[in-house]
Amino acid sequence: MRETTGSRWFRVVVLLFLSIFTAAPIYVMITSALKPLGDVQGNFTWWPSNLTIQPFIDIWSTVPLGEYFVNSLIVSTAATLLSLAVAIFASFAVSRYRFRGRSVFTTTVLSTQMFPGVLFLLPLYLIFININQSFGIQLAGTRTGLIITYLTFSLPFAIWMLAGYLDNIPKELDEAARVDGASALGVLFRVVLPVARPGVIAVAIYCFMTSWGEVLFASVLTTQDSRTLAVGLGEYSTQVNVYWNQIMAASLVVSIPVVVGFLLLQRSFVAGLATGAVK
Amino acid sequence: MAVGVWMSFIKLTKFFIANWSAAPFAGLDNYKLALDFNGAMGQSLLNSFAITCAFTILVVGFSWLFGMGGAVVLQRTFRGRAIFRTLFLVPYAIPVYAGVIAWKFMFQRDTGAINFLLGDNLHLIDTADKPFWLIGDNAFISVVVVTIWRMWPFAFLMLMAGLQSIPEEVYEASAVDGARPFRQWRSITVPMLSPVNRVLVLVMFLWTFNDFNTPYVLFGGAQPPAGDLISFHIYSASFLTLNFGFGAAMSVLLLLFLLLVTGLYLFILNRRSRNA
Repeated sequence: MRETTGSRWFRVVVLLFLSIFTAAPIYVMITSALKPLGDVQGNFTWWPSNLTIQPFIDIWSTVPLGEYFVNSLIVSTAATLLSLAVAIFASFAVSRYRFRGRSVFTTTVLSTQMFPGVLFLLPLYLIFININQSFGIQLAGTRTGLIITYLTFSLPFAIWMLAGYLDNIPKELDEAARVDGASALGVLFRVVLPVARPGVIAVAIYCFMTSWGEVLFASVLTTQDSRTLAVGLGEYSTQVNVYWNQIMAASLVVSIPVVVGFLLLQRSFVAGLATGAVK
Repeated sequence: MAVGVWMSFIKLTKFFIANWSAAPFAGLDNYKLALDFNGAMGQSLLNSFAITCAFTILVVGFSWLFGMGGAVVLQRTFRGRAIFRTLFLVPYAIPVYAGVIAWKFMFQRDTGAINFLLGDNLHLIDTADKPFWLIGDNAFISVVVVTIWRMWPFAFLMLMAGLQSIPEEVYEASAVDGARPFRQWRSITVPMLSPVNRVLVLVMFLWTFNDFNTPYVLFGGAQPPAGDLISFHIYSASFLTLNFGFGAAMSVLLLLFLLLVTGLYLFILNRRSRNA
């Protein structure tokens, strides 16, 4: 198709605007992370005049960032694996079997998206305390508690998205496998899951990113030992100085794993999202 | 499966626990307090609600517009298309706090990039009297801009995925019939994307309305009145003034409101698609 001059100009203008809007904070983040402390406390400059990588070294000692990193990694990975495990079975059931309460279940799952997060915070905390009193299992302030919390809000969306994806996989495939003697589980693991890989990857990415970036629950439900990056990053500014260069450096360091992972897997994510969430 | 059902029911009943364990039993007093718009508490809730509505409309509107613009201009293949697509997805992938904290730094009065750009580079504002962006009335603008920044890549992603399912032949056929690009967009792109849009607008509305992370990271503990978003309002009522029952009552009201809007939205859409 031939492109008119008008639409070319439109494209250039739109791309320019969106690129600047998107890239500005990222640019500021990167350049500020390379400035010494004195430079970020004075007037802002677009180009760092005294380049230094010192902030990237200091971030690990100002705040125990390494520990937070490990905490975040454990919590996010565990929450992702657990919700994947549950979501795969739940969505297979929702998509393949007709049972009583099926529509109630799907509506309930969708409606959890409406709940304001604050609404759960206090009840969850109280439940954790109750469990501690009656069973002696410490949940508030531990990583286990945080994993359970993240599970409760990443699971509904995961089930919904994956069920949508599985709906698009033709049932004839299951039936053919059944004729060949596969059990229900065999169908799920040997036939459906391999086909549904983009959907599963999309759900995994979604769960991991939600847990990695969550602030509210992490700030209330963690103690010094189980603190995650989301909360730990705030500690650079509660001390005498606001170490903006170190904050920016730390933000970069915590962003890079998820951003790189996401960009590598984005094709599957888009494909999974397109067929899963949009029916 | 059972775990999923069990969890969703736990969620539904949790606020009851909150209410009765915050004994003594208060009955509907908390609700009366929240809905009494002449009293101070009701007044501030109403105010926060109004701010959140304006905030949500602006964020969802602009995010959709940006997402649509980005998806449409990247629909056609050209050199460097992959670079733009990757760049546009970065704000979605960056953890909330990292992205928002970068904006917070940019919005600083004396050391931030925004005032530098507006004052020293563009001379739009007086450099001797730089505005505060994170306190006072400007806080509303700040939180809207930051949330759009975070939200629009999601719209972009969904719309781009939706555009891939529109066959190229439809555009070619309409071009033969002499349709201009805008006309094509209005008559082909928008109608064919309507299933995507339906979900997208609803999800963005719910996420934006409930958004807590952005104002929390941007403003820290004390939010300015102009940026007093509803979930933050509930948080500060519950955890800063320790009025848990009142906070829970407001949450339930918010939930009812969101259920009502969503139900209405789905109802209208269903009826319209049945008539069509």
